Amino acid sequence: MPAISNAGQSYDVAIIGAGIVGCALARRFTLDGARVVVLEKALDVLDGASKGNSAILHTGFDAPPGSLEQACIAAGYREYLETAEKLGLPVLKSGAMVLAWNEEQAGQLPQLIEKACENGVHDVAPLTRSQILKREPNISDTVLGGFEIPGEHLIDPWATAHAYMLQALANGAELIRDAEVLSGRFDRHWTLTTTQGEVVAGHVVNSAGLYGDVVDERLLGRKSFSIRPRKGQFLVFDKAASNLVSTTILPVPTKTTKGVVICRTIFGNVLVGPTAEDQESRTDASTDRSTLQILRSKGVAMLPGLASCEVTTAYAGLRPACEYQDYQIAYHADHACVTVGAIRSTGLSSALGIAQHVAGLLGLSGKPLCNPVIPQVDRLSEYHARDWQEEGNDGIVCHCELVSRREIERVLDGPMPPATIQGLKRRTRVMMGQCQGFYCTAELAEMTRGKLKRPLGCDHDG
Amino acid sequence: MTDERCTVAVVGGGTAGLALARELMRVQVGRVVVLEREAEAGGIPRHCGHYPFGLREYRRLMKGPDYARLNRERAKAAGAEIRTGTTVTRLLPGGRLELSTPCGPSSLAAERVVLCTGVRESSRAQRLVSGDRPGGVLSTGALQGSVYLKGIKPFQRPVIFGSELVSFSAFQTCAHLGISPVAMVEEESRIVARKLFTPYLWLKRVPLYTGVSSPRILGKNRVEALEFEDCNGALQTFETDGIIMSGRFRPESALLRRSHIAIDPGTGGPVVDQFGRCSDPTYFCAGNLLRPAETSGWCWTEGIETARRVARDLGQPAPSTSVPLVTKDARLRFVVPQRLTATQLEDGMEHMYLGLETAVNATVMARCGDRVLWSGSLRGRPVRRITLPLGEILRARPDAPVELTLEG
Repeated sequence: MPAISNAGQSYDVAIIGAGIVGCALARRFTLDGARVVVLEKALDVLDGASKGNSAILHTGFDAPPGSLEQACIAAGYREYLETAEKLGLPVLKSGAMVLAWNEEQAGQLPQLIEKACENGVHDVAPLTRSQILKREPNISDTVLGGFEIPGEHLIDPWATAHAYMLQALANGAELIRDAEVLSGRFDRHWTLTTTQGEVVAGHVVNSAGLYGDVVDERLLGRKSFSIRPRKGQFLVFDKAASNLVSTTILPVPTKTTKGVVICRTIFGNVLVGPTAEDQESRTDASTDRSTLQILRSKGVAMLPGLASCEVTTAYAGLRPACEYQDYQIAYHADHACVTVGAIRSTGLSSALGIAQHVAGLLGLSGKPLCNPVIPQVDRLSEYHARDWQEEGNDGIVCHCELVSRREIERVLDGPMPPATIQGLKRRTRVMMGQCQGFYCTAELAEMTRGKLKRPLGCDHDG
Repeated sequence: MTDERCTVAVVGGGTAGLALARELMRVQVGRVVVLEREAEAGGIPRHCGHYPFGLREYRRLMKGPDYARLNRERAKAAGAEIRTGTTVTRLLPGGRLELSTPCGPSSLAAERVVLCTGVRESSRAQRLVSGDRPGGVLSTGALQGSVYLKGIKPFQRPVIFGSELVSFSAFQTCAHLGISPVAMVEEESRIVARKLFTPYLWLKRVPLYTGVSSPRILGKNRVEALEFEDCNGALQTFETDGIIMSGRFRPESALLRRSHIAIDPGTGGPVVDQFGRCSDPTYFCAGNLLRPAETSGWCWTEGIETARRVARDLGQPAPSTSVPLVTKDARLRFVVPQRLTATQLEDGMEHMYLGLETAVNATVMARCGDRVLWSGSLRGRPVRRITLPLGEILRARPDAPVELTLEG
């Protein structure tokens, strides 16, 4: 099998998996001066666990104190706020409230506040029922009490990962998509066999998400954890619903019930979810009508105004949980390999922290870049200036999400063009609005003709 | 930025908007500007490449694209200004519009604005259809746009989901592509379009399943199958490479929802009085934004009638005293208009338009307090056109909310 690209030359690090964690790792190692290659099994980045989450930047207030997860979230949160502005990533400082709806939940509140302080989140403050209703007048008056966490913010889950990867690429990293790692040999350096050929690298980092354990077995012949995918279904409400609530509403986790989150998205919608369904399948991200109806009624119970709001879409994400509570990050020094496994639902918040941690473990000897290139991504936030408001945008193609022709063309002709329509949706928001493509599908089919690996039209039509 | 000014701005250049603009020019109201976000005005008929269009309007049998072209040409010839590629991004009080054009943002101030933004179909998610989210699930609108405007063939053997008139329009689009649907699937207990369509399916040997439940889409990248329980509870699986999500129209009200104008939860469109006038009296509405969903011919007539009302309103505004027209009966989904201006009887809609939740055979009464203003019989089914006379109700000059009740 032929070797890919830089023949004869090896990379310092090969990262397996281009989810949010793989993208953050690629950026970190590249900025630290390493030669990086990212191997992604799917046609596009963010095709696995990272494509469906609640898009909240967590403070880690409720993570288990002393856990690796808590440390990575805290570090990731700090670095995110430092770098978001530079990378052009929008942050909506919505804040969050944990609310109790029954006595059992109310009884948990003091412990949760204490835990938050233990986790270094000191600006949490208890809220009385009337304070809550004054701040969020549309939520159900059956609420008993709660507390606020001002530091919980809303971000763009896809642009975040894209920005990390784009910065890595702009500074010399390589991304190879449609390249599944089949096996590997370690003999002072790694030789990875992929579906696209062989790749030689000094170190390997396994950030394969839902396939973390599978990749460990392929490379090391053993695994130290088993992925047990947990599906989370979400309902997305129309933008009109965002007038009903501004703060993120978080549940009190109890032994008997697992509540749902209500939050705005940075795109101006309202999310209700997720469910938590353990399953065997690593690919089944299907939604289910009866479950979505339950989600809707749970949402309506907390925010009655949702009853008259239209649903825009529904989706499910798969979290790579395992039999252990904490992240499974292990350095196999004898194999120059790090496994970054079981990054469940907090990966979006912790990714930059994980990257710092893994960089520390590997201790690569490169020289950090003095003036790294900082590419800009299009800001797709409903709460920030958009391209359609600028001159020369070439007109709006997606009318629901106000996506301009210029934005779409920039992405199609950019350094990391989408391979699928899903990839284009995540990069631009096209077809993600209320009409779900009723108006813009035809135009997009034409604009993307010959540019996608999986075209919008019929495959067998030539 | 100083606003550009015009007499009437028409938001949306579909059938209603173009007919309205042409009539406004004909009665010489002044400068009329049609704001159309697509590259070409004409609306949905542009991509309905089949008959029958134009019989009522032009006494000619036409296909959709020819009909759209004629509507466009007539409006232009009458002197209306049609601006394509122009998206209205905000409706502001008093008739001020914020626009986005390919060159950048601008604004327009009009003495009256008429909203004619039409309808769209409900998506797969809005119907909460279970399953995977593969490619190949399209609305009829997206299908027809791809086929007739861009020459793209999205699939070979689709399932048509829904059995409304538009579902048969999707059927014709398949015929145009030289493909045959593998099935038509309907969650309602019977075909939603008139029963006389059933032999058509029979003739084309396409099985019809009504009363299905638990529909589920299967497929990793592209649709592979549609699974559902038929009316006997038996699991059916149809191998298919596409699903046409047809019908269940909703007014295209995204712009309205971001505005100050009152929305009727029943129709999903604006609250209007019998003149088509919105809660902000500088705004009017015509066509399918009023209610889902009517034929092009109907929208064309509505456009012309609304143009006359707007023209009259420019000269002499109608009184702003109106009372609500409401219903609490769960069998009635909506009523248009939602308000009545009983202090002016002339020139308004002659009929109210009802939408039903279920099949109804009952007596309908219009009450104002203890008074019964009008009563009549009502027989109909959901999605069908149901109109009842407004005249007697208005002539009774209600000065308090009028409620429609069903008896029997």
